[in-house]
Amino acid sequence: MDLTGFSAIALAKKIQAKEISVEEAVRDTLAQIEKKEPDIHSFITVDAKGALAQAREVQKKIDAGSLTGALAGVPIAVKDNLCTKGLLTTCGSKMLSDFVPAYTAEAVQRLKHAGMVVVGKTNMDEFAMGSTTETSYYGPTKNPWNLAHVPGGSSGGSCAAVAAGQCVCALGSDTGGSIRQPSAFCGVTGIKPTYGTVSRYGLVAYGSSLDQVAPVAKDVSDCAALLEVLAAHDPKDSTCVKRDDTDFTSALVRDVKGMKIGIPRDYFADGLDAQVKESVLHAADVLRDLGAEVSEFDLSLVKYAVPAYYVIACAEASSNLERFDGVKYGWRAKQYEGLHDMYKKTRSEAFGAEVKRRIMLGSFVLSSGYYDAYYLKALRTKALIKQAFDKAFASFDLILCPAAPYTAPKIGESLKDPIQMYLGDIYTVAVNLAGLPGISLPVGVDAAGLPIGMQLIGDCFQEKKLIRAAFTYEQESAFMRCPYAGGKAERSGGK
Amino acid sequence: MADQKTDPITDETLEYVAILAKLELSEDEKKAAKQDMERMLAYIDQLKELDTGQVEPLSHAFAAENVFREDVAVHTDGHEDTLLNAPQKNGRCFTVPKTVI
Repeated sequence: MDLTGFSAIALAKKIQAKEISVEEAVRDTLAQIEKKEPDIHSFITVDAKGALAQAREVQKKIDAGSLTGALAGVPIAVKDNLCTKGLLTTCGSKMLSDFVPAYTAEAVQRLKHAGMVVVGKTNMDEFAMGSTTETSYYGPTKNPWNLAHVPGGSSGGSCAAVAAGQCVCALGSDTGGSIRQPSAFCGVTGIKPTYGTVSRYGLVAYGSSLDQVAPVAKDVSDCAALLEVLAAHDPKDSTCVKRDDTDFTSALVRDVKGMKIGIPRDYFADGLDAQVKESVLHAADVLRDLGAEVSEFDLSLVKYAVPAYYVIACAEASSNLERFDGVKYGWRAKQYEGLHDMYKKTRSEAFGAEVKRRIMLGSFVLSSGYYDAYYLKALRTKALIKQAFDKAFASFDLILCPAAPYTAPKIGESLKDPIQMYLGDIYTVAVNLAGLPGISLPVGVDAAGLPIGMQLIGDCFQEKKLIRAAFTYEQESAFMRCPYAGGKAERSGGK
Repeated sequence: MADQKTDPITDETLEYVAILAKLELSEDEKKAAKQDMERMLAYIDQLKELDTGQVEPLSHAFAAENVFREDVAVHTDGHEDTLLNAPQKNGRCFTVPKTVI
């Protein structure tokens, strides 16, 4: 049976109805992964043995009636910066090439508790630093829409796996756009929740004030269902927020009447690809025709978001990555003289160029004499950016804009000019700085056949508005299926 | 301003940053690192255009309080897990180069 076309929710329904077993679903997933890996390379580790063992356990519980959730029995791929007990976790780096965690990330644990089956760990930019998945120590992932192009990053493996029909859904993380941008480039749907919604316990930290675990799937319904499972207060993450409004699937309603949607004029200026602009504005028209009140406004401070983000993210990364010193886990250099030399050689041998670049910048902006001028300045800029969003959300329910200024670049082009690459994050980083929720969903393809993604941004804790608008748009539009995926397309109908 | 220049990164500054970052760079890497940092800092200097005198640095995007719990031991020994990935170990300890001469 070819299960490629199903959504996660549809697959779970078939499993509950005993039309397919969990083991069949997992075997089909593993077969799709094996078949497509030579082309796509979205996985660093595939755990066939573990997945089949999980499948048998989950089937027992389903048969006993103790696992009845909307995603029970569904296979999922997990980005390799989320710890999985007993399963290699590399963060796309040489530094952790033999690291097997002794515990499982809380987010992954919640999925397993809901009966989902982890089939493997997906490729990513090293330590989540990158926008193309090309900085991975394990080689790049290819975009299933065009194998000569990048899938985006840093959750490129997760998004490509879903787009290619290797796995029906996946988990990623988002610090500056790392689930939204690759979702756009791969024509799938990804959502970053409000900061603090999903526990970061077991997510290897990059920028602790910005990181969030984020699901990616074929449609809004699946994303909402995944987020509902993931969202919970966790005392092990002191930045985790207690929320009582995480029944996100209740927002899967086709209704945007009266919703006020703002389009930032300053997001649609120079540098935005004309085809992306046209597609995204057309999507806005669709929402307008369905009853939303769509209007333009000036967000302001747009050009300062990327530099402020990179100062803050690099500063936090330089601190977070200090733990990789060869002492307790990970790579240790073979030749060194003394402790400090061991630290230096270990880190120099096992970190890639982009990671080193960001650690150095981060160390610099935090150092004495520069801390005020750079780091505090960036934090003050962050305050202004937050104020700008607060002002916008006083007038609007949602902000609508592109997820990225262009479609997926060719492999090998982006790393030549890091700053050019950073500028590609212009629509996503401010969302992380302000702790807001954001969703990216496909709205079309460009003339070269590469997907275009629209981003909807909500105020803090307003995921339900995002989900409602995204779902409404999606249900009015043709389902975008990647030709590479094969199989018959089917999508959840929600309410 | 587009034509504002940042001070070039001196050898001394780069050396200092490498010490903070605990990284050892080859001569070629040092050259590239200097260029990279200068370009990044020139780009970041745009932030100087903003008048941020009236605003406090914002670390957390929305109001949050520190989290406390009772001072009660809840974990067991766990030393096996802790040593699971040790590059070198000796009994219940990680082995590292001598630190006290």
